[in-house]
Amino acid sequence: MSDVSLPTYKPKDFATDQDVRWCPGCGDYAVLTAMRKTVANLGVKREDVVFVSGIGCAARFPYYMNTYGAHTLHGRAPAFATGVKLANSALTVFVVSGDGDLLSIGGNHTIHTMRRNIDINIVLLNNKIYGLTKGQYSPTSEVGKITKSTPHGSLDAPMNPIAMAIASGCTYVARSLDVDVKLLTQLLDRGARHRGTSFVEVYQDCNVFNHEAWFYASQKDTRSENTILLEHGKPLVFGKEHENAICRVGDAIEIGSPESDSVLVHDETSIEQAFLLSQLFQPAFPEPLGVFYIDDSQPTYNDMLHEQIDDVKTKHGDVDLQTLVSGSHTWTIR
Amino acid sequence: MTQTSTSQISSVSVRFCGDSGDGMQMVGSQFTDSVATAGNDFATAPDFPSEIRAPKGTIFGVSGFQVQFASTDIHTPGDTVHAMIAMNPAGFKSNIGDVEHGGLVIVNVDEFDKKHLEKCGYAEGYNPLDDEDITTRYKICRVPMSRLTRESLASDEDISVKDIDRCRNMFALGIVCWLYSRDIQPTIERLQHYFGTIKKKPHIADLNVSAIKAGFYFGETAELFPARYEVAPAALPKGEYRRISGNEALVLGLTIASSKADRELFYASYPITPASDVLHGLARLKQYGVRTFQAEDEIAAVMSAIGASFAGDIAVSGTSGPGLALKSEAIGLAVMMELPLIVLNVQRVGPATGMPTKSEQADLLQAMFGRPGESPVIVLAASSPSNCFDMAIEAVRLSTRAMCPVVLLSDGSIANAAEPWCIPDVKQISTIETPKPVAGDANFQPYKRNAETLVRAWATPGIKGLEHRIGGLEKEDGSGNVCYDHENHAKMTSFRSEKIKCLEDVIPELEVEGEGETLVLGWGGTRGTILTAAKQLREDGVQVATAHLHYINPFPKNLGEVLSRYKQVIIPELNAGQLRMLIRNAFLIDAIGISNLSGRSFFVQDLVEKIASVIQGVEA
Repeated sequence: MSDVSLPTYKPKDFATDQDVRWCPGCGDYAVLTAMRKTVANLGVKREDVVFVSGIGCAARFPYYMNTYGAHTLHGRAPAFATGVKLANSALTVFVVSGDGDLLSIGGNHTIHTMRRNIDINIVLLNNKIYGLTKGQYSPTSEVGKITKSTPHGSLDAPMNPIAMAIASGCTYVARSLDVDVKLLTQLLDRGARHRGTSFVEVYQDCNVFNHEAWFYASQKDTRSENTILLEHGKPLVFGKEHENAICRVGDAIEIGSPESDSVLVHDETSIEQAFLLSQLFQPAFPEPLGVFYIDDSQPTYNDMLHEQIDDVKTKHGDVDLQTLVSGSHTWTIR
Repeated sequence: MTQTSTSQISSVSVRFCGDSGDGMQMVGSQFTDSVATAGNDFATAPDFPSEIRAPKGTIFGVSGFQVQFASTDIHTPGDTVHAMIAMNPAGFKSNIGDVEHGGLVIVNVDEFDKKHLEKCGYAEGYNPLDDEDITTRYKICRVPMSRLTRESLASDEDISVKDIDRCRNMFALGIVCWLYSRDIQPTIERLQHYFGTIKKKPHIADLNVSAIKAGFYFGETAELFPARYEVAPAALPKGEYRRISGNEALVLGLTIASSKADRELFYASYPITPASDVLHGLARLKQYGVRTFQAEDEIAAVMSAIGASFAGDIAVSGTSGPGLALKSEAIGLAVMMELPLIVLNVQRVGPATGMPTKSEQADLLQAMFGRPGESPVIVLAASSPSNCFDMAIEAVRLSTRAMCPVVLLSDGSIANAAEPWCIPDVKQISTIETPKPVAGDANFQPYKRNAETLVRAWATPGIKGLEHRIGGLEKEDGSGNVCYDHENHAKMTSFRSEKIKCLEDVIPELEVEGEGETLVLGWGGTRGTILTAAKQLREDGVQVATAHLHYINPFPKNLGEVLSRYKQVIIPELNAGQLRMLIRNAFLIDAIGISNLSGRSFFVQDLVEKIASVIQGVEA
């Protein structure tokens, strides 16, 4: 009999014997802290947790979590994690990787994992730059980004990870800041408990190649002006003194007074509203943090796969391998 | 009614050809079942276009099915065709060149009208059936199959002409069954089962049955045919038989092997010709617990398989040459992670998209070396449709034993071809032991190796106390931690190749058939042709030995010794000399290659002549 009682974990129980090798001051440290807290409190056994990553600075993550882990290939973490989950659906599976990995080289796998609603948790550490290859622009870099590979400024528009996730059928879509460990832990925890693909975009600071890229959102003095916290059932109010609100006037989104009748109330179950909120960016609007969208009603691919197998097994009753090998039409040579 | 005389013959090769909508694969398959039931040995070769429904009546819409059956042991569908059934001018035009002189050609003369003749490119006013060159060269039998089928199936019931016309193939089958003295009753029963019970269309079953009977009786009464033939049963070993194609055998082999390893089978694939039937076959085996996953692309397919292997499944990803190229980086990851993985490559003609429905053996070097870095994998090759079963089991056994990826090579010709297979007793197939870790081992190290096999343990998530992290970065010997140390890398590189070398002790030695100073060494799907050619050479008084490689990495332990016994080694292959390159490199011998780059297998006769001329050349 297996031991059914759950051990009590502390975050430090998930530290490994490996030295963490991110640059001092990297935003990934905060994410690691939040993740260790999250996993310690999830109510799952250490041996039932798997961390999977692709390639990039963020992709070193599994080495720093004392669980099962796989540091795979560039872009392929969601596909590897899919195989892990389909082979053993009792496992809690996390994918942690960066913007280049999950959105550029691995964009296809990210989309299709979300479409299938595989019950895994994807954490996107978005620093808007290629760190490990030393500073080229990424698919989330802003237009005109001057980097080693774009000395005259990048030409292509950044992609919108939240909008992509919603459009791909992802059933839990959230955004956090690396430095807000409390919020991040809440969002990771809820995502991990959600049945289906969870996606958390983390605004993460690369203090070497793209330092301060998110400071407008993460620093105390500017955060309240430039971000807005999404709380289900609450009006979308922001600003130092809560003096501004997101209002819907006809089809348009505008900034108005919290007193106005048209102030939007956050409904995390509305995909339409989630998509609207995914379009809010600086400088015109504050950028939303929190849960954009959740749909707990969708079946997961992994559950459906096993249900289908069980159904077919029930329908066929006892089967034996000799019958399978013999097939339906045989003849005898005497 | 006069009785047509019946001649006894030892083997015959029949080809059905017509439009891809004419049901040629169906009729070929039914006729094969009928020769199988009669106890003949047989070999089939379907030949279908890539186009699903090319414009009717055109050359590129022609579909064909060839079957050779015999009272002796045979291995190929035959170089030439003894009897051809052409349902339309396009089929006639594109296949007539393969019919032997004096061969029988049965045509559906109703289709040889102005419109259809021109559609397949015959000059205006020309009809090959009126061409003296053709009528003197072949025995042409003109049968108005369309009209006769309509007349025999017409009834008061409300049956569409379209449904009736679709039964022309069964009318043709009836004629052929009569011609070769085949009992049609078993075929009738199969048709009733297929159309009536499975497809739940009893009226279609009735139409098909009426059509085959009509064709059979037509043969009997029309006195159109010069002779009737009989092919006696072959002296096959006693036992219960079924018919099997290479792809079916892979499906069965993988399912049995995972059960023998006491693990679940996970098969991830992206549809690709000619490997898709493996996915289709396994997808129908959920009652055996088989997990199939149609991934978004080739890379996701193999990566999900590696993930499933990490989690403890027998993980397989099937593809063809272009897909193997896309999977190459991931296969390298499995090499580095030292996880079992089986990659099937049902080879087709390359490069790029090549000729998807045609066959070649030109991915051998890709399988061996097509990855970054020193990245050895186990390479196996199946030699016949039924051998795919054995090699699938070997792939699982060796992959789990060595914790290393296997590339198992098949090819389009054995994937779709069928032969009789003496059904194995599943209980007699050995269990497969996998390298299990010790649960709760306080000193567990993910890359600690078994001293004898050099293999690490397969510690899967869910096992308490063995939590560990692996990945594509170089590993430290033992601990598995990321390591950039130079000596360590040299050591790990050597382990990855040495553990494959260790498999030499658990794979069969190479067997040689025949004697002489010349060895013909083959690999893969050309075995049947090579054996047939060697047999003919011996009958012609030419001494020749043959051997066939199923294990390419590692080679059988005795290969070097075997090669050293011969004055010359000839390597026929459907590529520009890939095995020859490996053999020359490994053993420093001047092996002589015979290459065929036509997109189909050797003709036996060609191979006989080429081998003979090499031997004569050396003697001279």
